[in-house]
Amino acid sequence: MSDIELKVKEIQDSAIEALKNADGLEKLNEIRVSFLGKKGSLTQVLKSMKNVAPEDRPKVGKWVNDARFAIEEKMEETKKKLDAEKMERQLAAEEIDVTLPAKMKFIGHRHPNTIALEEVERIFVGMGYEVIEGPEIEYDDYNFTKLNIPANHPAKDEQDTFYITKDILLRTQTSPVQARVMEQGKLPIRMISPGRVFRSDEVDATHSPSFHQIEGLVVDKNITFADLKGTLDVFAKELFGPETKTKFRPHHFPFTEPSAEVDVSCFKCGGKGCRFCKGSGWIEILGCGMVHPHVLEMCGIDPDVYTGFAFGVGLERIALLKYEIDDMRLLYENDVRFLKQF
Amino acid sequence: MNTSLSWIKRYVPDLNVTAKEYADAMTLSGTKVENYEELDRDLDKIVVGEILTCEDHPNSDHLHVCTVNVGADEPLQIVCGAPNVAAGQKVPVVLVGGRVAGGHDGSKTPGGIEIKAGKLRGVESYGMICSIEELGSTHEMYPESPEYGIYVFPEDTEVGADAIDLLGLHDAVIEYEITSNRVDCYSVIGIAREAAGTFGLKFNMPEIKETGNDEKASDYIDVEVIDKDLCPRFTARVVKNVKIGPSPKWMQRCLASNGIRPINNVVDITNYIMEEYGQPMHSYDYDMIAGHKIIVKRANDGDIFTTLDGQDRHLDHDVIMINDAEKPVGIGGIMGGENSMITDDVKTVLFEAANFNGTNIRLSSKRIGLQTDASQKFDKGLDPNTTILAVNRACELMEEFGAGEVVGGYVDVYDEVKEPGEVVFEPEKINALLGTSFAPEEMIKYFEAVDLKYDAEKNVVIVPTWRQDVLRTCDLAEEVARFSGYDKIPTTLPQGAATAGKLQFDQRVLALARDVAEDCGFNQAYCYSFESPKVFDKLRLDADDVLRKAIEIANPLGEDFSVMRTTSLNGILTSLATNYNRRNKSVRLYEQGNIYIPKALPLKELPDERMQFTFAMYGEGDFFDLKGVVELLLSKMGMDKKAAYKTDVKKNYMHPGRQAQIFYDGVRIGEIGEIHPLVAKTYGIGDRAYVAVIDMPTVYPYASFDRKFSGIAKYPAVSRDISMTVPHKVTAAEIEAILEQRGGKLLESYHLFDIYEGPGIMPGFKSVAYNLTFRHKDKTMEENEIVSAMNKILNGLGSIGATLRQ
Repeated sequence: MSDIELKVKEIQDSAIEALKNADGLEKLNEIRVSFLGKKGSLTQVLKSMKNVAPEDRPKVGKWVNDARFAIEEKMEETKKKLDAEKMERQLAAEEIDVTLPAKMKFIGHRHPNTIALEEVERIFVGMGYEVIEGPEIEYDDYNFTKLNIPANHPAKDEQDTFYITKDILLRTQTSPVQARVMEQGKLPIRMISPGRVFRSDEVDATHSPSFHQIEGLVVDKNITFADLKGTLDVFAKELFGPETKTKFRPHHFPFTEPSAEVDVSCFKCGGKGCRFCKGSGWIEILGCGMVHPHVLEMCGIDPDVYTGFAFGVGLERIALLKYEIDDMRLLYENDVRFLKQF
Repeated sequence: MNTSLSWIKRYVPDLNVTAKEYADAMTLSGTKVENYEELDRDLDKIVVGEILTCEDHPNSDHLHVCTVNVGADEPLQIVCGAPNVAAGQKVPVVLVGGRVAGGHDGSKTPGGIEIKAGKLRGVESYGMICSIEELGSTHEMYPESPEYGIYVFPEDTEVGADAIDLLGLHDAVIEYEITSNRVDCYSVIGIAREAAGTFGLKFNMPEIKETGNDEKASDYIDVEVIDKDLCPRFTARVVKNVKIGPSPKWMQRCLASNGIRPINNVVDITNYIMEEYGQPMHSYDYDMIAGHKIIVKRANDGDIFTTLDGQDRHLDHDVIMINDAEKPVGIGGIMGGENSMITDDVKTVLFEAANFNGTNIRLSSKRIGLQTDASQKFDKGLDPNTTILAVNRACELMEEFGAGEVVGGYVDVYDEVKEPGEVVFEPEKINALLGTSFAPEEMIKYFEAVDLKYDAEKNVVIVPTWRQDVLRTCDLAEEVARFSGYDKIPTTLPQGAATAGKLQFDQRVLALARDVAEDCGFNQAYCYSFESPKVFDKLRLDADDVLRKAIEIANPLGEDFSVMRTTSLNGILTSLATNYNRRNKSVRLYEQGNIYIPKALPLKELPDERMQFTFAMYGEGDFFDLKGVVELLLSKMGMDKKAAYKTDVKKNYMHPGRQAQIFYDGVRIGEIGEIHPLVAKTYGIGDRAYVAVIDMPTVYPYASFDRKFSGIAKYPAVSRDISMTVPHKVTAAEIEAILEQRGGKLLESYHLFDIYEGPGIMPGFKSVAYNLTFRHKDKTMEENEIVSAMNKILNGLGSIGATLRQ
């Protein structure tokens, strides 16, 4: 082995040895400069090439290049190792206490009435119902007469109506929208109509002079009472859970015949009877029935061809039940400590 | 409407069910039971005892020590404190381990009070002798009981018998909710008929025995009905040689179970029949009826009449009156007069059972301010064919009770006889409506169970006159449905063509607005639609402000709810104040709700109901935070043009220097501002409060859910800052108008990053700095293009007095 070859080998070995002991990127750089830099020891060998016999030069060149390659390889490997160590140290230093409090963005909350309404809308829109609203200040004619409640009908007294003039009132129910939609004559009809209604009740834990109803109406050929039962059964199960049972009790509304009130099995106790359902296992939630043929006639629909069903449900009643709110006044106070719970 | 279960059983003798079974079944067949009370619920082990001896208690001045035979081997020793206790009496005795309903003061103890053996002042006592109050009733309902003291049975009562049974307390009082279409069910007979139909049992209508001597009622009394529209029928009978006395116990018990106090035989009979048939009656002292003539006619406006409760009643021409030959003797269907009242000395009684126009009774009773048991029956609109049954029943009972001699015949003024109705029987239509497949025979069985007879020859169902609710096929369908049971009807879903379920466009816009508001920290409030007219002063509205032209409710629940709101501000400010009072920090609320703008007052047509989307807040955040919420809302609604904020119109409820009317595309869409400190003070909000109102109907036409991708810029943007001083009064909007107009297409965006007034800036001026972003759509901008664009802008700014700061 020639001297040069030995020297190159020596440089290589000492470089690799130095790299093994390198403990940081700065040190790595120093090593690079001292071996591979312009004045580095390996570069010096090349610079001394002029003293080498021309025929030996390719050989020497190869030794130097091999050594350089070996050093660079080791250097790369060392760098990777050091990088990894550095990253590890940094990550270790950056450890956080993940149990510290979260940073919340304060967003607002929907009113429980609206949440309940959107729930009901979702169910019926899914069944092909259109959501149609009507005026809150309404003609007596639509609120009563067209719903089979003629002048001086006792039902008019029962509803404690707010009047504005003899003919114009604050609607006591969302049912007038039935008449408005049927009058337009576009059949079949599948609609729900949510909205605000008014009755002359003093404010207390279970009453408000202004509250909300959701009216439902289906008019088509071959609509039956069985369809009404099925539809409301689906509705109750969607709203209160798949275990919910419905019970239809005969009742009377002037604009439907036959009519029914619907109870759902208490979703608190499952029907066994508890404080919530006053021990009965059932909770009354809505009124419904087959659209009275005279109502259809008054709206220009032939009851021998078309039949329909209608139902009306109190929005507050659903919200109070579903969210276990014990006082209706909370719904209109708008205390954020209440609203933020929904 | 209440009945006792035992009273129902008088007509449905085979009815053998518990109160709960009865209540459940009746509710499911359409006679809704609201409540029931089992009278013996808290009574247990109470028998008839005979007091053998009664001695003074050695250690008490009011107690007695009794030995009582209760039918057992040995008599019991019982200490009793009642003042009326005496040897020889037959009395109700609670045995040891039995229960009574409450104390002798009438107080009731839920679950009852158990009687134990014990010592009373040193003397042993094995049971208790009871008063009627301890048995859960009252002296009023059991008039034979003493006002204070133990109940005493008649002498011939069997010792050891069930005392609860003898007192008629093995019974339940049922409270019904009768619907307005079932006038017939405001009677015990009507409900009993339903009960028979419900349980499939036989219904026994009372058979009225014929009564009357050889005389003729028409020789006693002459009846003339002048206003037949208000009194379609007037039926009368006469009973002479009347002996007033108590009615029999069974009748007293029936009345007591319905909460009606027994008085005397004549009054009890009329009360009994009013409940039994649902037909109110009136009894007159015949000798007080001048001219022995009854005239039924309208009162005169301004007449005053003294009813039998001693009150003066003011009448008008729409009130129907019963008169004798000289004077009024009763308000028809409502209350009789003091002047013809029955007294204990009555010799001859005239029984009246009339039919009055229900609507007229309802309205009259409202106007007069007098509602009676009778008027509440009449105002439902009764079946005129019941009057004859009622008077005949009264006479039968008078005779049966030995209370008088019934005069033969009756007087009956009844011109337009109401006939039974007919409904064609179309079973296939009934099944089609219900979605069922009942056999016609089964349907007919349900009809006939409640006396709706089927005439096979005419194929019609005959509807008796008491059933005014059965008029067409759907009504028959209801009978089938409720007597077969609603639960027997199948459960299906509507067939037919599919329909697209959807929200309307404006409902979708509102839902989006709710999302934006909530994302910005606003909680949804619900406010009332009506409020007090004082609101307008609270908001400092000018006397002639158009918002004061509010729709008034004719019959409001007090002034606070008397006008329909014309602005959404009061509701939301009231809610802010509620939160402020309750020390809630930093509150943000929004509300969606209508205001009601009349086209003209008084209202001739429906008003304009305008949906307002209202934001309000106090605490964290200022005017510009709220403005940001509004702009985010507009942007999310697809309204990409720049909104303008105009300050030329000032609202008194807002801070004069911190308010603006919001315009979009040249149209006013709402307003925003800080609440005027005086208004905030009035409402009790002790912090700066901000509101913004968006008039949604104006916005809907601009809103859109359509979006189009406009590409992502390919070429680099160039950014330049520009800093200037302008006179203080120059607004950002004025500067920005110039930026937009002069910057042209190349100016992609700008934003204000600094605004300063103070040292270093000349008084009356402010320093304003904008960052401008230029970009060419199709190429990288060249320096000369940028310079030229900047120069244009700078020249323009000069026109509003801006000077560039270096």
